[in-house]
Amino acid sequence: MTDGATVPTVTHVSGRGVPIRGDDIDTDQILPARFLKETTFEAMGEYAFHDQRRDDDGAIHGDHPLDRHPDGEVLVVNDNFGCGSSREHAPQALQRWGVDGIVGESFAEIFHDNCTSLGIPVATAPHDTIARLQEYVEANPETVVELDVENERVSYDDTVVEVTISDSMREALVEGRWDTTELLRSNMESVERVHESLSPTQR
Amino acid sequence: MSERTLYDKVWDRHRVATLPNGQDQLFVSLHLIHEVTSPQAFSMLSERGLDVAYPDRTVAVADHIAPTTVEGRERPLADETAETMLATIEENVAAAGITYYGLDSSEQGITHVVAPELGLTQPGMVVACGDSHTATHGALGAIGIGIGTSQIRDVFASGCIAAEKRAVRRVDLEGDVDEWVSAKDLMLRLLADLGVDGGVGFVYEYGGSAVERLDVEERLALCNMSIEGGARSGYVEPDETTVEYLRGREHVPHGEAFEALAEDWLSFASDDDAVYDDHVTVDVDGLAPMVTWGTNPGQAVEITEPVPDPATLPPGDREAAADAIDHVGVTPGESMQGTPVDVAFIGTCTNGRVSDFERAARVLEGRTVHPDVRALAVPGSQRVKRELEASGVADVFVDAGWEWRESGCSLCIGMNGDVIYDDELCVSASNRNYVGRQGSKQGRTVLASPATVAAAAVEGELVDVREVVG
Repeated sequence: MTDGATVPTVTHVSGRGVPIRGDDIDTDQILPARFLKETTFEAMGEYAFHDQRRDDDGAIHGDHPLDRHPDGEVLVVNDNFGCGSSREHAPQALQRWGVDGIVGESFAEIFHDNCTSLGIPVATAPHDTIARLQEYVEANPETVVELDVENERVSYDDTVVEVTISDSMREALVEGRWDTTELLRSNMESVERVHESLSPTQR
Repeated sequence: MSERTLYDKVWDRHRVATLPNGQDQLFVSLHLIHEVTSPQAFSMLSERGLDVAYPDRTVAVADHIAPTTVEGRERPLADETAETMLATIEENVAAAGITYYGLDSSEQGITHVVAPELGLTQPGMVVACGDSHTATHGALGAIGIGIGTSQIRDVFASGCIAAEKRAVRRVDLEGDVDEWVSAKDLMLRLLADLGVDGGVGFVYEYGGSAVERLDVEERLALCNMSIEGGARSGYVEPDETTVEYLRGREHVPHGEAFEALAEDWLSFASDDDAVYDDHVTVDVDGLAPMVTWGTNPGQAVEITEPVPDPATLPPGDREAAADAIDHVGVTPGESMQGTPVDVAFIGTCTNGRVSDFERAARVLEGRTVHPDVRALAVPGSQRVKRELEASGVADVFVDAGWEWRESGCSLCIGMNGDVIYDDELCVSASNRNYVGRQGSKQGRTVLASPATVAAAAVEGELVDVREVVG
């Protein structure tokens, strides 16, 4: 959400935690495909984890972590979160729902890149660290979880744990270069040189 | 770090610059777009007052929301949101001067089917598309990269993406397999062995005796599901099979120009002394047809094998396996054979090509669909459809009781009105069996090859296709 001219830095995010347990949570769970039919991202926040949050009659049952932690801003997830499709709608939905950062065991690659594009830091930590954090925020929903992007640390109450943020994402967020359009356009002469160097049928 | 692999060569040829965060700026030599993930990118572009930098390197299709009945394709579409989506891409491509294969085009189809068959995808290219199955194009020795909408905006604006070079894992599939065991089965074996996140951070270079024998359509099916294993890209090195596949196609030159180009293509193959970051060999000798039993593509077994008991799986996989078994309603310790089937589906960017339908037709010849089964055949493109109608394959499907449809993504993702209902079980030649994927959150999907889908459609239950045809 930027005009591309000035990209804000993201050095740290903080807020209440939302533990979403389970490995391989795919983008179809995060944002079911039928909501891809909208040509803007505006309403996506309403559709985050849509089907898992609702009964068969469409009413929100309240048991989903997003509904048990409605003011949450930092998701705590497990392994291979965001696997499946390339839909940016998935992190768009989470961001518009209120998520500012995600801490987990690991992330699918396209989801990770989409988060970079949106300025959402994603940090990884070993299974046991994540499990403890999930238990803690479950038991202490008011606790503020702080993700220090620059120093790769997560702190909550008296606990501080080391986390990992990929170098490319960290640099992009901390330096305010996560919206890459202008950056890429600043090299257009070189782009054209590469373009011209390709075989005629490939350019 | 890998050296002198196809991936290194293609990357080097397309690298524009190194960015401050260590990523590379990579030129995209073919940008494929579709109606679902492009509209927001066009909006962002116009909000910034920018134009599409390389409209000639951009090709658009309508595939995800394409209705697959002739009446359903009449405009305006009955589904208003789908109609808006189509109208939006039409306006956008017209304004930008981008070639577009819309619903009324004779070349319409699924982007990953259309680009290879028109010869748009060629060895040595970087192909990007706002779709995770872009890895498909690796079958021709290109690097296919699935991207999100903000990255589509970047490609529009600059012809480039910011990308991180990945490690290269050589994956050798070795052994002889039965003629009824296809690339789909090989891939499901690989996913079961390496897991759905085993390839995160890697690009897969597929090789070995079982891959070298595959024709290009089978290689497309193989590379297509790289992302299901966590690998964003996967490829097969270009060889004579690749060159012969491309010869005579619409967007490749003819005569001497073709021969010269072919030489360039072959030069992208990894060198004999190439260095890989990792190497995996999978023994596929005597592999039986594969089916999934769970709710991710790695939860797969040979049709002759029992569904695993979650307690026997690695601790981290047990809970998901138990949930999956509960959702699909299968029994650990028993094989998938005999599981009743409600819907059979052949199509998609995985298995919607001519040879997929031909092989299934050999199963269907002289047989009819079981009365309790709804069977849907959705060619991957209108060109595939025409070829199959001309050769008589379509008649085999129709005579056996299949619905023979227009092309599109259809029941793979359930966005176009083709869906399963309630807890129906669909045996599907698609790529994802996630909960809710085919349009019903109680619905169940069993991934399999086209031949296995055809056999199940006839028998009304999952069977070993070799026994049906044998």
